[in-house]
Amino acid sequence: MSQTIKNALVAALMAGVIIAPVFGLQILRRGQETYLQPDWKMIIGGMLIIFVVQMLRPLWKRRKTGTKRLQIPAITDSIRRKVILVLVLFALVWPFFTGRAQVDIATLVLIYVMLGLGLNIVVGYAGLLDLGFVGFYAVGAYTYALLYHWLGWSFWEALPFSGMVSAFFGYILGFPVLRLRGDYLAIVTLGFGEIIRLLLINLYDFTGGPDGVSGIPKPSFLGYQLTRRSLDGTPTFHEAFGIPFNSEHVVIYLYLLALILVLITLFVTSRLIRMPIGRAWEALREDEIACRSLGLNPRNIKLSAFTMGAMFAGFGGAFFAARQGLVNPESFTFIESALILAIVVLGGMGSQVGVILAAVLLTVVPELAREFAEYRMLIFGLVMVVMMVWRPQGLLPMKRPQVELES
Amino acid sequence: MSDTLLSVSALTMRFGGLLAVDQVGFDVRRDEVFAIIGPNGAGKTTVFNCVGGFYKPTTGAITMDGQPITGLPSHRVARHGLVRTFQNVRLFKSLTVLENLLVAQHTHMETGLLQGLLKLPSFRHSETEAKQRAVQWLDFMGIRQYANREAGNLAYGHQRRLEIARCMITRPRLLMLDEPAAGLNPQEKRDLQVLIDQLRHEYNVAVLLIEHDMSLVMGVSDRILVMEHGKPIMTGLPDDVRRDPRVIKAYLGE
Repeated sequence: MSQTIKNALVAALMAGVIIAPVFGLQILRRGQETYLQPDWKMIIGGMLIIFVVQMLRPLWKRRKTGTKRLQIPAITDSIRRKVILVLVLFALVWPFFTGRAQVDIATLVLIYVMLGLGLNIVVGYAGLLDLGFVGFYAVGAYTYALLYHWLGWSFWEALPFSGMVSAFFGYILGFPVLRLRGDYLAIVTLGFGEIIRLLLINLYDFTGGPDGVSGIPKPSFLGYQLTRRSLDGTPTFHEAFGIPFNSEHVVIYLYLLALILVLITLFVTSRLIRMPIGRAWEALREDEIACRSLGLNPRNIKLSAFTMGAMFAGFGGAFFAARQGLVNPESFTFIESALILAIVVLGGMGSQVGVILAAVLLTVVPELAREFAEYRMLIFGLVMVVMMVWRPQGLLPMKRPQVELES
Repeated sequence: MSDTLLSVSALTMRFGGLLAVDQVGFDVRRDEVFAIIGPNGAGKTTVFNCVGGFYKPTTGAITMDGQPITGLPSHRVARHGLVRTFQNVRLFKSLTVLENLLVAQHTHMETGLLQGLLKLPSFRHSETEAKQRAVQWLDFMGIRQYANREAGNLAYGHQRRLEIARCMITRPRLLMLDEPAAGLNPQEKRDLQVLIDQLRHEYNVAVLLIEHDMSLVMGVSDRILVMEHGKPIMTGLPDDVRRDPRVIKAYLGE
């Protein structure tokens, strides 16, 4: 019975976390100031409903299945495809019906999903503990920022380069750490992350040092800028389409762009794990000596994991630079690395759905609990400890995409 | 084409002050089962590790089919057609049985990144082919019904057979088995002997074997090298080895 109450309480809390940002917070404008007004009736009501349902569930379950445990029906491929399609459609339509702040937070979540999926390749699949992942994120962001600053490149021109430069850095930095494993690898990669940050601070003439690069333009839509006034005389988005200017357009556009990048990342990573290279990553994680005895070159396998992971961080970084309009080394501290790693570990190493869920949790909750900002790291640490005790395999542990043998 | 497949000469391996292997030399012919026996600590596994590229021998020369492989890293040795099993089975435990066999074909499956990402026909084709080859070996080993299980959950005897299948699917010329009968029950040991015979006759693979189980060694080997304290005592036919006083002394003492 106490187990049921505990479950119900946890479920209600989770429901609260989910309900609050989506329905429970309204943005009010009074004169100059903007308020977030929580709709407590909605939040508490929703939590109560979940609590009651959870309390009643065991009764219902026992009656229905007898002594057997309730099992989730096997999801066939066609059902899974439909579910994914519905979710994607929802994610596409959603921003048009909510407020600007929600869409903005959702965009941030998507950036972390992309980073989490990238790191997931290195940590979850290949089993290489990388504590300096933010370095590649920084490289991606600065690649776009500097290409714009020095050469005037647009986002779309710089995006592939950001990925490539980051991947190249991943490749280069992968070399010295090939012989290292576990803790030693973690420490060296931690050092790399810091080295990149310090370089960005100290190459003052090139990177702008602690001030970074500012005034980075947002991505254009088919060549039309989403600004109020055109910067270079070409027609802007609202002029071209003959609609009044609305500053929400650019927020929604950025969100949709992030969504597309995430979908591409999801697609590529989920394909990779079903390909020989993905299997080699997993085999390497399981047993490096056995890999070598079968003729697999651990060097290439590790490097490919590092490179792939870094590439996605680079795309994420370029997008981040475009969204912020400003990059400086402050954004790429070790805390960011820790956060991305926490997303992967919390979600369940190797699990893509887990990464998405954890990215949502770890980005949305701190945004909501801004009053507790000083306690953020404390709570963060507590959550990690609790997770390791209760659910070391993560929220949604990886279900391996096994190659099935039809009999 | 000479008759010798693997040739090891004057192999010495020193770990600091310990001389683990001292001037060991032997040849393995094509289609031969060659066994190395000796008491615990005689240096048999060290010889294996030197030949397989896991240790860099202090001195000595190893050639595979005439090509020198001394000191090559193990994954390059493996590409010369020389693969091994391990004393304590080393499977990819959380991968399925089938996937273990697919990973082993990695070096033979050169599919490009793009073909795989877009699931082009060439990718599907090579995947299907790899699967079929895996299934053939699972059938051969009699473990097909476990194909979708995690390898770590198999019974120990089946894990041993899977490890051998994983070696064989790389199409080796020399199969090195490090105590393959350890932990097997009497029936499984008899099956293993049949299996080794089959592998050499049907798949034309030479076998280099380390084993403590004398009935298996005597039953399956063509020639035997006896080692003690890192030194070779003798090389000979099973019957000669069985009767040799030096060997008896090494095993039973004075």
